[in-house]
Amino acid sequence: MKSVRQVALDVQRGDTSALSVLEESLAHIRARNDELNVFLYVDEDGARATANAVDERVARGEDAGTLAGVPVALKDNLCQRDIPTTCSSKILEGWRPPYNATVVERLLLAGAVPVGKTNLDEFAMGSSTENSAFGPTKNPLDTSRVPGGSSGGSAAAVAADMTPLALGSDTGGSIRQPAALCGLIGVKPTYGLVSRYGLVAFASSLDQIGPLTKTVTDAAMALEAIAGHDPFDSTSLPEPSPSLVAHVEDGVAGKRIGVVRELIDGADEEVVASVERAVEVLKEAGATIVELSVPEFRLGLSAYYLIAPAEASSNLARFDGVRYGLRVNGDDVTAMMEATRTAGFGEEVKRRIMLGTYALSAGYYDAYYGQALKVRTLTIDAFRRAYREADLLLGATTPSVAFEFGSKTADPMAMYLSDVFTIPSNLSGEPAISIPFGTGEAGLPIGVQLLGPGRSEGQLFAGARVLEIADGRS
Amino acid sequence: MPGLRREDVAHVAKLARLTMSEAELDKFTEQLGQVLEHASDMNALDLEGVVPTAHPFGLINVVRDDERRPCLDHDVVIAMAPDAEDGRFAVPRILGEAP
Repeated sequence: MKSVRQVALDVQRGDTSALSVLEESLAHIRARNDELNVFLYVDEDGARATANAVDERVARGEDAGTLAGVPVALKDNLCQRDIPTTCSSKILEGWRPPYNATVVERLLLAGAVPVGKTNLDEFAMGSSTENSAFGPTKNPLDTSRVPGGSSGGSAAAVAADMTPLALGSDTGGSIRQPAALCGLIGVKPTYGLVSRYGLVAFASSLDQIGPLTKTVTDAAMALEAIAGHDPFDSTSLPEPSPSLVAHVEDGVAGKRIGVVRELIDGADEEVVASVERAVEVLKEAGATIVELSVPEFRLGLSAYYLIAPAEASSNLARFDGVRYGLRVNGDDVTAMMEATRTAGFGEEVKRRIMLGTYALSAGYYDAYYGQALKVRTLTIDAFRRAYREADLLLGATTPSVAFEFGSKTADPMAMYLSDVFTIPSNLSGEPAISIPFGTGEAGLPIGVQLLGPGRSEGQLFAGARVLEIADGRS
Repeated sequence: MPGLRREDVAHVAKLARLTMSEAELDKFTEQLGQVLEHASDMNALDLEGVVPTAHPFGLINVVRDDERRPCLDHDVVIAMAPDAEDGRFAVPRILGEAP
């Protein structure tokens, strides 16, 4: 498929129709969806109606929007009115939300065409999409391997050329890790930049929605379209959202880039080599390289795997068989709730609910949850110190290239450790971007990560663009 | 910090409204124990005086103007319920049998 930028240009100019772009997208989905299990639901009729409306706007000479005619895949934890939204969980199977998430409203306003809902680890809990109640998604680049997770379906949709744009959500790396494993750009924006209204909550102090695309410019265009204050999300930043596309070609001349040892140590040799080559490229482009050590980042994993489950255990209390979704009957209301939750949730979700409930329970709250919140403060303070010495930080996105199915499912801790480089940005609420840079084992893509202070997305895109050009992907 | 015991896991399952088989209790005791063991690296830290962070940008509270606004239609919401009666959510008995 053409890029987001090219589709929008062509459709705006009337060189092609939104409908013909959509039909190409649908043909690609039909060709490989059975094999890859990317989409849980494809809304062919609704998408055609949306595409037609875009074409009518163009025909009338109206502004068709910055994403005119761009087919977009939505992670299935984002609500779209009357379209099944499952979170890849049996507890929500068949549920159709009565409203649109704010990001869906903004995509529609920008002229984009939502085509369907993509597979994920149940309730976004996982790093491989193996935790979906509807079967795993396969990595389009090597079907014996995972696409990453939890936004694995969204990453696979773009990697398999089904849509040029997908939205995911990132609580501990769930956009950046699958982007790295599928060779894509993945952005975790500043906390509050994108409204979460209509995103099914996992860990509310960490969740952010962001784009997955093949190019940096496409990601900037998409993020610009969905960012901005929303009165429906009380954590939404009140300031107007900045222009991002305008900064893509800014370069990195004069910028100080901190290479963080803790965002590299423990990664496979080929991943380390990619980061080292990225350092050379950025230096060549005029950046000053600073070597940094931020030991607090290592502690982030421990804090995260208490904070995120604690918030999840609270957020997922709403799935009780009373107001929507699955109900399994019982003799009294408590028995009904237990039977519903036991049948409806998969193993990983239960594991996190249990962990979170334990961390919040009487007698353990201070020792676990309270301690984790303090470590979160240490992580944020460590970022602040690092940003006194550097404008942006650089590291790996993941310790390895895409791994094989089943290789980590028996050992939850091993799976959790694959998030070690992405978690710090979620704890601090600051933005980060994964950029494909070089390849490793079996020709599979490697992702490097740029991190920046709050609202530095423009600078991150500029840095990512330098790496994109050097990697031979104009 | 004490190690996680099987009876702790059983208690937590009850709090979380989940039913666990004997095999699941064994498995979760081991796996959750490993995560908590990993988290024990935080205990080595001196966190005296460190202020906990619950929200990345320290938002305190956000309120909107107190005025009526449109919201979801009552019938639409009730239509999603697994069971409803007279426009209200219906659930199995909550308290013991009436005398």
